[in-house]
Amino acid sequence: MAYALQQLINGVSLGMIYGLIAVGYTMVYGIIGMINFAHGDIFMIGAFVALISVVMFVSGGIMEGPAAILLVLLISMCITALYGWTVERVAYRPLRGSFRLAPLISAIGMSIVLQNYVQVAQGARVKPIDAMLPGGVTIVEHQSFVVQFSYMQMLIITVTLAVLAIFTWLVTRTPLGRAMRACEQDRKMAALLGIDTDRTISLTFVIGAALAAVAGTMFLLRYGVIDFYIGFLAGVKAFTAAVLGGIGSLPGAVLGGLLIGLIETFWSAYFSVQYKDVAAFSILAITLIFMPTGLLGRAEVEKV
Amino acid sequence: MTPAVLKDAALTALVAFGLFAPMVGLRTDVGPTGELVLRQRWGDVAILVGIAFVGRIALMAWRAVRGEPKPPSAARTEAIRRAGTFVAPVLLAFAVALPLIPGTGRYELDLGILVLTYVMLGWGLNIVVGLAGLLDLGYVAFYAVGAYSYALLATNFGLSFWICLPLAGILASFWGILLGFPVLRLRGDYLAIVTLAFGEIIRIVLLNWVSLTGGPNGVSGIPRPTFFGLSFSMSGEPDTFAGFFGIEPSPSHRVIFLYYLILGLALLTNWVSIRLRRQPLGRAWEALREDEIACRALGINITATKLTAFALGAMFAGFAGSFFATRQGFISPESFTFIESAIILAIVVLGGMGSQIGIAIAALVMIGGFEVFRDLDEWRMLVFGGAMVLIMVVRPRGLVGHRTPTVALGERRSISAEHVAEGHG
Repeated sequence: MAYALQQLINGVSLGMIYGLIAVGYTMVYGIIGMINFAHGDIFMIGAFVALISVVMFVSGGIMEGPAAILLVLLISMCITALYGWTVERVAYRPLRGSFRLAPLISAIGMSIVLQNYVQVAQGARVKPIDAMLPGGVTIVEHQSFVVQFSYMQMLIITVTLAVLAIFTWLVTRTPLGRAMRACEQDRKMAALLGIDTDRTISLTFVIGAALAAVAGTMFLLRYGVIDFYIGFLAGVKAFTAAVLGGIGSLPGAVLGGLLIGLIETFWSAYFSVQYKDVAAFSILAITLIFMPTGLLGRAEVEKV
Repeated sequence: MTPAVLKDAALTALVAFGLFAPMVGLRTDVGPTGELVLRQRWGDVAILVGIAFVGRIALMAWRAVRGEPKPPSAARTEAIRRAGTFVAPVLLAFAVALPLIPGTGRYELDLGILVLTYVMLGWGLNIVVGLAGLLDLGYVAFYAVGAYSYALLATNFGLSFWICLPLAGILASFWGILLGFPVLRLRGDYLAIVTLAFGEIIRIVLLNWVSLTGGPNGVSGIPRPTFFGLSFSMSGEPDTFAGFFGIEPSPSHRVIFLYYLILGLALLTNWVSIRLRRQPLGRAWEALREDEIACRALGINITATKLTAFALGAMFAGFAGSFFATRQGFISPESFTFIESAIILAIVVLGGMGSQIGIAIAALVMIGGFEVFRDLDEWRMLVFGGAMVLIMVVRPRGLVGHRTPTVALGERRSISAEHVAEGHG
């Protein structure tokens, strides 16, 4: 029981990271109907920017503690948002109205570019950092098995919930959010009613990238090791989360992320670690084949 | 140069500075104490920002000169097609004559084999992506199935290459149907992601099913191919290739044989796809690519059309896979990662979806070109990815790609964007 409780804590904190990335996928899919294959690599960029700022501020002894984490988070969000904006501008905007698979192929190209750009610029070796928030709270101690809720996991859950709250407010209560929802429903009509759709789509990518940057920063602080390849697996899993929750649905993305995090953690804990990625991939295939609308998504009507 | 252009270029430079300052300007390296330290490279950042500034001005100038972009006309695709009829025989003659040209050494032949393997894979994937319009991101899985089929059948049961080659093709196409069947209902981009997932699942299973596949250690000691039972050993016995024909044993015989083998397999792929394109099945693939709903309305069996594309594409990957296994003598799951799929896809996309000659040229340029600049290995994929994005933005159908139907009644015309779901591009 204690073991399961520990896995539950681990699973939820992992799922929060997936959820944050999944929101980016689902937003972009909702608004322009494309799978932003490079989103996982945007997450990786976020982690790397966070790494660089951690080395700059913390290892240099300039700042430490929660203030430093907040600063690192902000830097990572700003720079990564810029990357998200640039990717959309360079690789996706010229393809509006092009043939169906063009944006996806362009996104795959962009994903390869980002990965290898980071490899060339920052080196292929894994980058380790020291834990910034060591320790935690012991919840249960059961026959020498200690269930620990680490400060880092608390931080992940708190920050994720705070970011998602701000994000929900943004989408439901602000003019920008209204424009985004309008574009999602009918882009042509929204444009006729005076919404700058290109700007709205750009901002969607900016927000998605900023959320991925939060996820990347949390991933770096939690695991302490990153390399240029982390974006691929995290991206596929987050996409699985978005599909499982129902693509296009924002609460669905978070729910899907939590489920994927829990499934992956429990699968590794009770079945096999080697096949943990197979679990995520199988869920993706099974969901798409049998339940393409996901848990909270709505059915897509094919119009001729 | 107007102030507006300068302002735009300055903004681009500013964005470029924001992008490159942390990632390029501050490199994290493991320092002497094992901790990460920052190495500053502001010179590189300045160069990149300068490139962005000048590039933006050049782009705007070019746009001003060119005017409004024109849609590709039927005349242009016709010109490309006519050029292709000249280029293709020249390339083919060169490929056939390569081992006979004096000065062709082991290195050139090995490079030729590598390029031809990718040409064959590109042509195989072209059936799925270029003709039927189904984006398959897990193509390398079928390549792996072919390679492992031959490796395991040969090492466990001692079957010869020529028996295993068709078996590997059949097994791979069987997997193609097996994986294709459940994903038939999916939309194009979902299908791409599911094939990606299947490809990764197959790789992970190969990696972890140690008792069958040897796991990460792979399968070694895979038998080399024989020339109708004559081996290429150096002993000069009557039952070897050199001994039977009474010529001096040479290690280059096997390489030349392998070269012609892959050339033959690639040409088989090419021949089958060219012939099928003209038949009802191939025309159904092209119709499916342009508009699935219209296709269904015309009574074309979507299930059979999609599955045959999957199965045939997989079969050629299976052939190429067993060739790969017999050439290397050793295979491991490392050769079958997603990046391989992406490279093959890049070749198809760059060459032009549906264009046989374009794919051959793309494979020659991408694989051959990068083999020549070996020292720049880490830049290779960067250029690959960049080229994919650039081609999609500039010419979404690829460099030599065209959408004129293979078979036409009377005058051959470009498919009009207004008539099909696919739109322009």
